[in-house]
Amino acid sequence: MRLKGFEIFWESLIREGVEVVFGLPGGAVISIYHAYAKYRDRIKHILVRHEQAAVHAADGYARSTGRPGVALVTSGPGATNTVTGIATSYMDSSPVVVFTGQVPTSLIGMDAFQEADIVGITRPCTKHNYIVKSTEELAKTIKEAFYIARTGRPGPVLVDIPRDVSTGEAEFEYPESVYIRSYNPNIKGHPYQVKKAVDAIVSAKRPVIYAGGGINWANAYDELKMLVEIIQVPVALTLMGLGAFPGDHELFLGMLGMHGTYAANMAVTECDLLIAIGVRFDDRVTGKVDDFARDAIKIHIDIDPASISKNVIVDIPIVGDAKVVLSQLLDELRERKNVNWYEKHKEWLERVKEWKKKYPLKYENSDEVIKPQYVMEVVSELTQGNAYICTDVGQHQMWAAQFIKHKYPRHFITSGGLGTMGFGFPAAIGVQAAHPDDLVIDIAGDGSIQMNIQELATVKQYNLPVKVVIINNGYLGMVRQWQELFFDRVYSETDISVQPDFVRLAEAYGVKGLRATKPAELEKVLTEAFEHKGPVVVDVHVDREENVLPMVPAGGSIRNMILAPPRTKEEDDRIKEAKPLDFPS
Amino acid sequence: MKEEREKHIIALLVENKPGVLARIAGLFSAKNYNILSLTVGETTDPEVSRMTIVTEGHPLIIEQIVKQLRKLIDVIKVMDLTEVGEKYVERELVLVKVNAKGESRAEAMRIAQIFRGNIVDVSPDTLTIEFTGNEEKIEAAINLLKECGIRELARTGKVAMLRGTKSLKIS
Ligand SMILES: Cc1ncc(C[n+]2csc(CCOP(=O)(O)OP(=O)(O)O)c2C)c(N)n1
Ligand SMILES: [Mg+2]
Repeated sequence: MRLKGFEIFWESLIREGVEVVFGLPGGAVISIYHAYAKYRDRIKHILVRHEQAAVHAADGYARSTGRPGVALVTSGPGATNTVTGIATSYMDSSPVVVFTGQVPTSLIGMDAFQEADIVGITRPCTKHNYIVKSTEELAKTIKEAFYIARTGRPGPVLVDIPRDVSTGEAEFEYPESVYIRSYNPNIKGHPYQVKKAVDAIVSAKRPVIYAGGGINWANAYDELKMLVEIIQVPVALTLMGLGAFPGDHELFLGMLGMHGTYAANMAVTECDLLIAIGVRFDDRVTGKVDDFARDAIKIHIDIDPASISKNVIVDIPIVGDAKVVLSQLLDELRERKNVNWYEKHKEWLERVKEWKKKYPLKYENSDEVIKPQYVMEVVSELTQGNAYICTDVGQHQMWAAQFIKHKYPRHFITSGGLGTMGFGFPAAIGVQAAHPDDLVIDIAGDGSIQMNIQELATVKQYNLPVKVVIINNGYLGMVRQWQELFFDRVYSETDISVQPDFVRLAEAYGVKGLRATKPAELEKVLTEAFEHKGPVVVDVHVDREENVLPMVPAGGSIRNMILAPPRTKEEDDRIKEAKPLDFPS
Repeated sequence: MKEEREKHIIALLVENKPGVLARIAGLFSAKNYNILSLTVGETTDPEVSRMTIVTEGHPLIIEQIVKQLRKLIDVIKVMDLTEVGEKYVERELVLVKVNAKGESRAEAMRIAQIFRGNIVDVSPDTLTIEFTGNEEKIEAAINLLKECGIRELARTGKVAMLRGTKSLKIS
């Protein structure tokens, strides 16, 4: 069958099972958009109002479903606008396929109108990228792009399509399979390493699991839970891992790292065996690297060989897919019948329980002013883990991580690696597009929301019933917190109390707007918002100078946490001594 | 990390496609790795190029470099020749244009002879000499020629290959 490039494009997407494309047209993709009319009953297109949002939406779609999200934009500024989105998905290993238009091949390099070397620009923040040189190569390239994005350690792939390639003609046959000789991700763990890991597990007295986003990408939650319950070991999750293990499970310690729980950070500090799964020993998790699980034997299971011994040297690396390797571990463990796991770990589990009891996450609630943590507790109570929670970046993000009970995998969607303000709202659009009947909430900052607020038009147009809950503190709060704790309380350029009336702004877009300023009305307002059929913006005025605690000063050892008040004198001294070694998220 | 730096020679087989060199060079600059030299050339298969990269760093960084190179989709095969523990040959080619008037001329010719260099161009004032060899030899020749006055120097960077039957090939 001979087809035009713009038809090959849509035909290929349909064959990849793509349900929805997030995009915004322009000259270099105008024929692709023209052809869309023919395909609109088979594939949905959501017109965003800024290309960054198209990629975040595709990313949100990917994170909540595990399937690649797709964005389509024009050349030049359309393409460069995607860069933050691409870098965000790259850092969090999210499979996104971005299609950019390009000037005709004959004009490449001539500084043609709306020409940008997007392949060059995105080389360091994509898993791989392509420029398609002829219409003949288009279908094969699309096939490879999806394959690379979703397999191995997932990540964004960009495909740049010059205009003459999309208007040219070629024989179309969508390839059945892909073979890339230089790309063969290792799925199964090495049996010898698996045995060694199980030996280490059998001899450990104080084991702990440190698991992350890799559990989600590998759909390995059942295996993780099984492992935990068999060997009776406490579990700490990273920000990216929240939900991958039930947040209400007895053996769950909470999040670890900079704003992790006391129990999680202490358990990792004191353990004699660290079982790291689908994680990358990020500096926000490890704090001072030399002190991180210093006395522990470390097992590291990861799909990406380059993650292993990158920041922290490990003893037993196992390269493979988390689901497959965990099944291998479980099989091997079944051979070791005469271990009484509970007895073996009883003492350790008691200690961990003590930590959890003595230093739970806490804050002082108030009748006068809404505490941001209280907002999270109410959201948690009202949704019971069933809602998809997206966040922006800042204090509100950390409170959402800490105080909402994350029960189910792929339900907590946040920019961890890049820490991109403006991620939450467009990501929620992508999640809602994937799950039209589910409750999707964006916990937003008053600063962050303004970075992609134009998407209110998108939710209005498609009646995507996203609930945006703005944690409004009139500050770039996380930066203000650092200034308070480490920079002499000089709030340099972090006051953003000059802001729009978010309720009226929502209304200007034709979206429902609500506001809560008193603790007593919060639950009612949120209930009303969550029950509303369409999109809603809720402006929640919170205590302006609340801090996210516990906190490990950057570069410090994670055992030295600044805890929430009331604090002992020793804890207060620690705050004064603490000096940040780098900058806020 | 302790300042324990090692020099390694890494040989790669890569897809012979546009942009591949940029990916590899970009990786080194993005991750702050050192490149001492980098050479590329086609292999017997025109779709495959061979690269030789000389790099320097802490052993853990070298390990990362190898892993990161393997992670690039267009990289087919990576071998750290220094790490495999077998002997290899390394060669580099240089062209040196030296002052060659009066006494310098005889001196330059003598040095060329000692190091088995070829005089590839002659002018009344200069000689251009080609040397091939390992790092030691090349450095020694260049050092001696400094006496005459080096006007211009062009080095290819190293190429290297394992000795014996073992070779870097696509399996
Ligand atoms: C695009 C971007 N710019 C700057 C930052 C640095 N930064 C991190 S948190 C933060 C404050 C965010 O303010 P807001 O959205 O109001 O959230 P809050 O911390 O107040 O909850 C800033 C500026 C960032 N992470 N991303
Ligand atoms: Mg704020």
